[in-house]
Amino acid sequence: MTGLPDAIGARLPRRDAADKLAGAARYTDDLARPGMLHAAILGSPYPSARILGIDTSAARALPGVRAVLTGADLPDRHWGLFVYDETALATGVVRYVGEPVAAVAATDLATARAAAALIDVDYEELTPVLSIEEALEDGAVPVHPEFDSYEKRPDLGFERINEIARQEFSEGDVDAAWADCDAIVEGVYEVPSQSHVYLEPVSAIAEFDRAGKLTVRSANQSVNKVQATLARALDLPMSKIRATTPAVGGAFGGKSGVTVQPLAAHLARATGRPVKLTLTREEDFMAMRRRHPAIVRVKTGAKADGTLVARDLEIVYDGGAYAEDSPAVLGFGLLMARGPYAIPHCRLRGRAVYTNRLRAAGFRGYGNPQVTFATEAQIDELAERLGIDPVDLRLKNGLEAGGRWIGGQTITSCGLRTCLAEARDASGWAGKRRDGGIGANGKRRGIGVSAFAHICGLLGTSATVRLLEDGTVGLAHSAVDLGQGAESALAQICAGALEIDIGRVDSAPADSGAAPYNWSTGGSRVTYMVGRAVMQAADAVREQIVRHAAETFECAPGDIEIRPGGRAGIVGVPEQELSFGEISLRAHYRTGGPIIGSGALVYDGEAFDYKEAIIRNYPFERLGTYVFGAHVVEVEVDTVTGKVEILRAWAAHDVGRAINPTSVEGQILGGFVQGAGYALIEELLWEDGQPVNPSMMDYKVFGALDLPLDIHPIIVEDPEPSGPFGAKGIGEPPLVGAAPAIANAVAHATGLRLRTIPMTPERVLDALAPAAPASVQEVVGPAGLEPATRPL
Amino acid sequence: MTAAAAVGLTVNGESLSPLAAPGATLLDLLRDRAELTGSKRGCNTGVCGACTVLVDGKAARSCLLLAADCAGRSVVTVEGLDDDPHAAILREEMAEAGAVQCGYCTPGIVVALTDLFGSAAEPPDSAAVRHWLGGNICRCTGYVSIVAAAVRAGRRSVGAEAGERRP
Repeated sequence: MTGLPDAIGARLPRRDAADKLAGAARYTDDLARPGMLHAAILGSPYPSARILGIDTSAARALPGVRAVLTGADLPDRHWGLFVYDETALATGVVRYVGEPVAAVAATDLATARAAAALIDVDYEELTPVLSIEEALEDGAVPVHPEFDSYEKRPDLGFERINEIARQEFSEGDVDAAWADCDAIVEGVYEVPSQSHVYLEPVSAIAEFDRAGKLTVRSANQSVNKVQATLARALDLPMSKIRATTPAVGGAFGGKSGVTVQPLAAHLARATGRPVKLTLTREEDFMAMRRRHPAIVRVKTGAKADGTLVARDLEIVYDGGAYAEDSPAVLGFGLLMARGPYAIPHCRLRGRAVYTNRLRAAGFRGYGNPQVTFATEAQIDELAERLGIDPVDLRLKNGLEAGGRWIGGQTITSCGLRTCLAEARDASGWAGKRRDGGIGANGKRRGIGVSAFAHICGLLGTSATVRLLEDGTVGLAHSAVDLGQGAESALAQICAGALEIDIGRVDSAPADSGAAPYNWSTGGSRVTYMVGRAVMQAADAVREQIVRHAAETFECAPGDIEIRPGGRAGIVGVPEQELSFGEISLRAHYRTGGPIIGSGALVYDGEAFDYKEAIIRNYPFERLGTYVFGAHVVEVEVDTVTGKVEILRAWAAHDVGRAINPTSVEGQILGGFVQGAGYALIEELLWEDGQPVNPSMMDYKVFGALDLPLDIHPIIVEDPEPSGPFGAKGIGEPPLVGAAPAIANAVAHATGLRLRTIPMTPERVLDALAPAAPASVQEVVGPAGLEPATRPL
Repeated sequence: MTAAAAVGLTVNGESLSPLAAPGATLLDLLRDRAELTGSKRGCNTGVCGACTVLVDGKAARSCLLLAADCAGRSVVTVEGLDDDPHAAILREEMAEAGAVQCGYCTPGIVVALTDLFGSAAEPPDSAAVRHWLGGNICRCTGYVSIVAAAVRAGRRSVGAEAGERRP
């Protein structure tokens, strides 16, 4: 790349790597505070029950116990993202197995756990709602009978029982458009509940000082969200709360909201001592968050030449016991449901519903993997029907820059076609496509493709850049490094903007008491959004540097240039220059004051659908800029065992500009593998409302032996005009494309379309069996998504 | 609660006699008594490998070992590998390859691979590395960069030829 500063596009080792490799990085559970107590929780054994009484006397009597809290001991404070339905401890009723009912703080962890086990809760079991069908059936039991009384933002006035949210995006005339189609495919797809399985279980340490100020150290994705939610949960002003983040052992959306911080804080308040609460892996599985399982019905039609004409999609997401991100997951999923194609006639509808299972929330992809699994399968089904190569069909209909997303937003940069072409060419697509189904010893090979989009942008963020006295730079922001490399990438952007060596920039960990606001490290947004704030802040610093240099040299600011390496001088006069250090000293000690620049923004591009936003009173209508990718996956299906093995994969992603290509590849590889797990093996299961596999023993994620090393990240750079050095986001998209590409490869290998994931050996064998059940064969779903007629 | 008893063992070359409650694991002892928090508790059931340490030179899951059973043994944690030439090269390669993301699995992987390199006669190939890491779960990287870094590190640090090149 010509014309880019050295720091941009450099494969620099991550700055947190050395500590992590030495075992010196400190995660929340590694920390201790003087006088700290240890906490444990007691979870509900029932998916739905009324709490008749709680006897804590035996727990309180245990030596070492300092506090035992139940819902009745806490102030009546509810919170949530859109529907304020959550509390720190269940009060009155429990709504899922594992829901915290009581919490204990004691002088050591063993005592806290022993005390929790001594708490005697008297329950009256209620009829649970255990599926989407049960949630929506006539006469359904409401999971939240008091739903109408909850505060909501915005309140869209849903009437149907158990409906958390309902949304529709429509364009054109879908019903009339089918007549123009030469091929129509229709199917019902079902996607599972996936657990985040970040390797670090959630943890928080809370303590109050004598002035009533609360400090919480915790694993999280936003110190500012933690601060805001704790203020609500504890009825404290936000200014009385400081949230910080030690190293975070992965999150993937699962640490996006508060986790155990409110409980730790309540216990700290009750005892006057610092309290640490770390969940066990099993508790984390049962009481935290998961990806929304969903049922998707889709119908897509095209002309004989492959031109996509119409799509009708209806999705229902199982939101579990609390609303959390459900309304936004639904809305975002629908926004992605047309896919990266110009389909003129679309009706995209959906709902999110309550059930008596663990709450579902944001998880890498945010509603998009569910939708894209179904829609990208349909593109392949159409390709087969029309006799068109699946890559060609996508290329024919793929969006380009200047095109419009559903709703009307202009696409400002789009490397979709390049991604498709590069993944195709790298994979040897044509030959392998020709040889589909070939293999020895009952094994059949196939190759499949997916194309997809995502978004990066969203809400407020800010950063400051300060020139230190020696001319090095202090960068401050609240983008939490979850392992993705945000800290290093943002430092590279800062160094690039100031044209200095990366070694001269450093930043401190996110701290709500010290660093500028950032809405969240999530939504694939940090490089793009926080990066933009860093650029603004660095530009402000550059201006001040130029002004100081101009004053010193007694010339016009326009005659001053910033030179690489941290100097400012007179244009055309190489010997007339000052170092950043000299300028900073002048600012600190002689005139002007310390040089500090700040940047702040909310995504400021076009609205995604301005009219809809006004009519429907959306809380925000400008979401972000679009990112694109394409995956090609080669699989081998063992027709004897049913096992699907990934042989090779090529994952091409348009990131606008790779600030740190090594970190970008890390996101692509890791995201693809999580998506492959979603496609093939991962599923949280319940029986009668009881979690079946809430442990790493029983809920398997891929190990090193389960995957090929032939997973090839392909970076495509189609610079986004608004991005820092052209950069866009990459966190979530690599997960989104994996499952549909794998399913399309399985279909190519076997001739069978599996519409339910994970594609476990059992499901594959069922599909291969002569009398396969309807759910996996070529089934055309009904027009409505009514439970009685849905093929199961 | 039964009283805690002292367990005499060597940790990272130092003789210690920390108190361990009955039922306490080696991981409990290391993290809570020896203030060595590099070994991570990812699952506490021996599945994830984040707590891997060397016990008498062999990689072991510290969450599965009773502290009392470690009496008289020599334990090396990730913090004890700073002078190990294999670990030094491995750390370099892993940092370079982007094989460290959230870092929670990293200490266990560094310890496990150090054991592999220390016992291997020849530099392990990627198949051997994958096999060796079969019990170390990483949720971030997809393993590709870890295996690549390990193979490169092995070439630099394992075997007679590598021995001459070692720092």
